[in-house]
Order: sequence, then C-alpha cells, then structure tokens
Amino acid sequence: MSDRTRDSNYHRITGEVVSIPPKFPAPITWAILFGFSMIGVGLLILSVIMVFTRGVEIWGNNIPVAWGFPIANYIWWIAIGHAGTLISAMLLMMNENWRNTTNRFAEAMTLFAVTCGGLYPIVHLGRPWFFYWMAPYFSTMTVWPQFRSPLTWDFFAVLTYLTVSLIFWYIGLVPDLAAARDRATKRRWQVFFGLFALGWRGSGTHWLRWRQAYVITAAIAVPLVVSVHSEISMLFAAGPIPGWTSTIFPPYFVLGAAFSGFAVVTMLAVVVRSLLRLKDLVTERHLDMLGRLTLACGLMTAFGYVAETYTSLYAGSYEAQTVMDRFTGPYWWSFWGAVVFNFVPIQLLWWRKIRVAPVFTFLIGLSVAVGMWMERYMLLVTSLYRDWLESSVNAFQGTFWDWALFIGFIGLFCAGFLLFVRFLPVIAQFEVKEQVAEEGHA
Amino acid sequence: MPKLEPAFLVGEFPNPEPMLAATRTLREEGWKVELYTPFPVKGMKEALGFTGRTVPHAFVIGGIVGAVGGFLMQVYPNIVYPLDIGGRPMVAVPAFMMITFELLVLCSVLTGIATMFAKNRLPRLHHPLFDATRFHLASDNRFFVSLALVDGADEAKARSALERQGPSSIEKVGGEVPE
Repeated sequence: MSDRTRDSNYHRITGEVVSIPPKFPAPITWAILFGFSMIGVGLLILSVIMVFTRGVEIWGNNIPVAWGFPIANYIWWIAIGHAGTLISAMLLMMNENWRNTTNRFAEAMTLFAVTCGGLYPIVHLGRPWFFYWMAPYFSTMTVWPQFRSPLTWDFFAVLTYLTVSLIFWYIGLVPDLAAARDRATKRRWQVFFGLFALGWRGSGTHWLRWRQAYVITAAIAVPLVVSVHSEISMLFAAGPIPGWTSTIFPPYFVLGAAFSGFAVVTMLAVVVRSLLRLKDLVTERHLDMLGRLTLACGLMTAFGYVAETYTSLYAGSYEAQTVMDRFTGPYWWSFWGAVVFNFVPIQLLWWRKIRVAPVFTFLIGLSVAVGMWMERYMLLVTSLYRDWLESSVNAFQGTFWDWALFIGFIGLFCAGFLLFVRFLPVIAQFEVKEQVAEEGHA
Repeated sequence: MPKLEPAFLVGEFPNPEPMLAATRTLREEGWKVELYTPFPVKGMKEALGFTGRTVPHAFVIGGIVGAVGGFLMQVYPNIVYPLDIGGRPMVAVPAFMMITFELLVLCSVLTGIATMFAKNRLPRLHHPLFDATRFHLASDNRFFVSLALVDGADEAKARSALERQGPSSIEKVGGEVPE
C-alpha cells in the first residue's frame, strides 16, 4: 500500500471515531433507547428507596434462602464484566489485533456491569448504612473485619476489580481523548475532551512509558479476573452445602463468566456497529471471532455441567439428592432452562453464516445471558431452600421488588453504556491505526 | 519567577520512517529531541534510545508493598483481638491469600500508573508545542519531531540540522517571556 492511501486511511479512522460525539449519527434512536433506560433507572431508584425504608422483607428472601436475587444477580453482573477485561487484556497479550475495535466498549461494559454488580451486595445488607464496616480502618472501637471469613474477600475483590478496570479503560482512552480534543470545533467539546485528555500530546517517550504501563496492567488484569471469579465461586464452595462444596467451582465459574460476558459483548457489538454506522471498523470478522469465543467458552461451560453432575452422582448421599432435585424438583425449570438457553442456540455458531449475521448473534447472546442468569438462580436457590432439617425447608420466589430492582439495574447499565457511546470515542482509533501501519489494513 | 520554558523547533513529517530516521540522527548529533505520533510507531524506542525501566519497577515495588501490607493487615487484628473459632489457627494463611493477592494487584497497578503519569509530567493541560499551527495533526496522521533549544543552543544551527532531515515544514514555538 502506498504512503498516500495509508495516510488517508489514518485520517479516515480518526474522523470516523472521534467525530461521533459531536456529530452523533443516530440521535433519535439514541434518545429513545436512553429514555427507556432512564425509566429503568427510575425503577431502580424507587426499588432502592423501598428496600431502604421497608427492609429486605419486600423481597422473596427468607431463611434459609437468605441470598436470593441480590447475590445471584451480583454474580451474573460481575461475570458479564469479566469478558470485557479478557477481550481487552488477554488478546492484547496474545497480540490478537482484532481486539482493537472491540476492546474499548467491552471495557466500558465491564465498568458498568461491575458497578451494578458491586452495588447489589450493599443493597442486600440489612443495614446498608454500615457498608463501610467491610473496610479495614482504625476505628475508635478497634473493630476490624473478620479476615478469616470468606465474606471479606468480596469487598477487596470487587474494589480491586472495579479500580483496575476503570484505570485500564481510562489510560487506554487518554490518547483518543487527545485526538478528539484536537478535532473538536465547539468550545464545550474542546474543554470536555481537553480536561480528560490530561494534556496528552503523543510524545514518543510518553508513548513508550504508556505502553509499558498498559501492557503490565493487562498482564495483571488477566489473573485478576480469574481470582475475582474464583473468589466468588469460593463463597459458595467454602460452605458445607450440597451442590456448592465442590473443587470444580472456580474454573467452572470463571469459564461461565467468560461465556456470559462474550455473549453480552456480541450483543453490544451488534448494537454499536449499527447505531453508530461503524460497519467498516467493527466488521464481520469481529462478529465471527466473538462467535467463536462464545462457542468455545460455552462448550467448556457445558463440560463443567457434565463434570459437576458426574462428581455429585458419584459422591452420592446429599450431593446426589441435590442434583436429582435440580433435575426434577420444584426448580427444574431453572436447571433445564439454563441447559437449553445456554447450550442449544450456541450450536448454531458452528456455522460462519450464523456467526456473521447480526440478528442471529444478538439473539444467541441474549439467550446465553438468560441461560446464565437461570444457572446462577438454580445454583443458589436449589442448594439453599432445602436445609438439613425439615423445619428449615422454605421455598423461594422472587417478588415484584426483586424483579424491579433487577430491571432497574439493567436500566442503569444501559443508560451508562449509552452515555459512553454518546460522549466518548467508542473505538481505540490509535490502536486501529497502529494495526494499519503494521499490517497495511484495518 | 517561574522557570522559562525552552523554545522548540517543530518539524513535520508525513510518514513515520523518515521521522524515525530524523529522530535518531538528531539525537546522535546531540540535540534534545522528541517525537510526536498519533499512535505508537514500531522502532521509536530505538530511535529515541529509550531505556527507562522505572515504570515496570514501580509495578513490582507497588505489588510487593501491597502483598506484604495486605497480609499483615489481616494478621494484625487476629493477633490483637483473637477470636477462637473452633480452635482454628489465628493466622489462617490460605484464607488470607485472596486479599493478599487482590491488594498486590491494586497497589501494583496504582503505583505503576501513577509513576507513568509522574514520569511523563502529566496531567499538564497546556504545552508550548500546542501553539504550533499544525500540531493538532500529531493525533491524526502526521508525525512531528521537536528540538528543544535548551540554554545556549544556537537556533540557526538547530534549524539547519532539522532542515537536513527534510521535514515538510519547520516552526518555532515557545520561549517567549510570558506577558
């Protein structure tokens, strides 16, 4: 390729990405979607006010199912977040350049998903105004968190994960904010991008230090993802509860997390490329690769189901009873729903034609998101509702406020993501240019 | 009285390769040289002769401090306020590893990123280079080389040294006494 075409390619990429916020291509569609999301946010605020004034009694939570919706949803959200980090960090380490058009919005997805997930346990606390008791600090009463309890792990895992995801996303964004600042013509955009670009000027030495920091953060972020979701799985596995106390949980949870996350990234990729008319940057190849990742993680998760069932049946006794109860008990729909929604539609992803068809990949992604939600529900409820004594068997059912809070958080996620799409560069344009320079094509 | 910024001569190049060659030559001639690109260009490390390891070291040091501090943080309350729970050990090392690892990661990343910004002298919202008329293209599709006229540097000599590298334009920015 000649220097001239390469040069104009760079210019085209900058223009295509950074001109999105000032000249948004689909303002009406965006406004409609944002309106719906804000209805969700309203519902969220209402649900939180309700639970803060009337307490957790308005939910279906009972004893023994004290965790209920909030913890199942907490896991679901955090799991979705993990795919953003994996796409971004793992593929960066592996030099898979196709990540460059997907990593930015995948990381944004991580941020909003982890925010939703992280808020859930706080709302779930009976006395949420004491949430800071989880933090270790020198209080006048010298009271400390009990570090020998697994419940302190959550606080540090989520806090670290949220902070590291935010930093990783932001330092990747800084050079693009600088590009947007230099292109902006209106004063308010210049000030907005100018402030957040921190005065980045593309200096060679800056780039080199930036690269060192970015790659090392990515290298740490991958084991961080594994540790965070292993931690969440061990909250289950560390307890002597049939259906939970299993060494298979950490890898099974991490793979399931990646699976649901890739499914949601695919859905967002479909939305972003059609909403922002970015079909020449987020191409069929990207949908193809995301489809393959979803399929691979789905099959590994399916293997986790098989292995879990096998070990439980082999163990016999209470473990086998719980598994049989999952198959045929009152919550059979959540088990078989998880199996069907998770593993049947993804079989279509074996065909390339399906993988590159946006409508199909979106629907398959949605099915996986639903399926993985059912899995968390099943794992939580079926293991808890039948306690050791007959007297402590108590069926669980989500109430209106359970669902309202859940839908509210989905609204918060969508609103956050839409704001990101509206105001920030959704694609790492400098990384796409780097790829053009090295490979000769985007 | 604030310290005066040096003046800069900024040369523009349409392509990365001549920009890298110019950087290398000018650096070897002893000028204080820096390059500006829209994306990290292969070979700029060699061209600039960059050997800095401060940022990676900061990550390591932050990680060690975080891990040790995180572990001791969990040991301390269990020693000063011992609670016997079924005779389990006060210092439960396997249970403490989770938070130790999380704090390793957290401190490592915070230290590393902070060091990166500090070494780069960022955030700094304005810089004399932004006054160059075409410098906004440094984030689009043009490649720039700057020569800092640090005290005693002869501007005419610097200009001819930069001209020999064949930039498409040269501009002088900064260096004036602020009004």
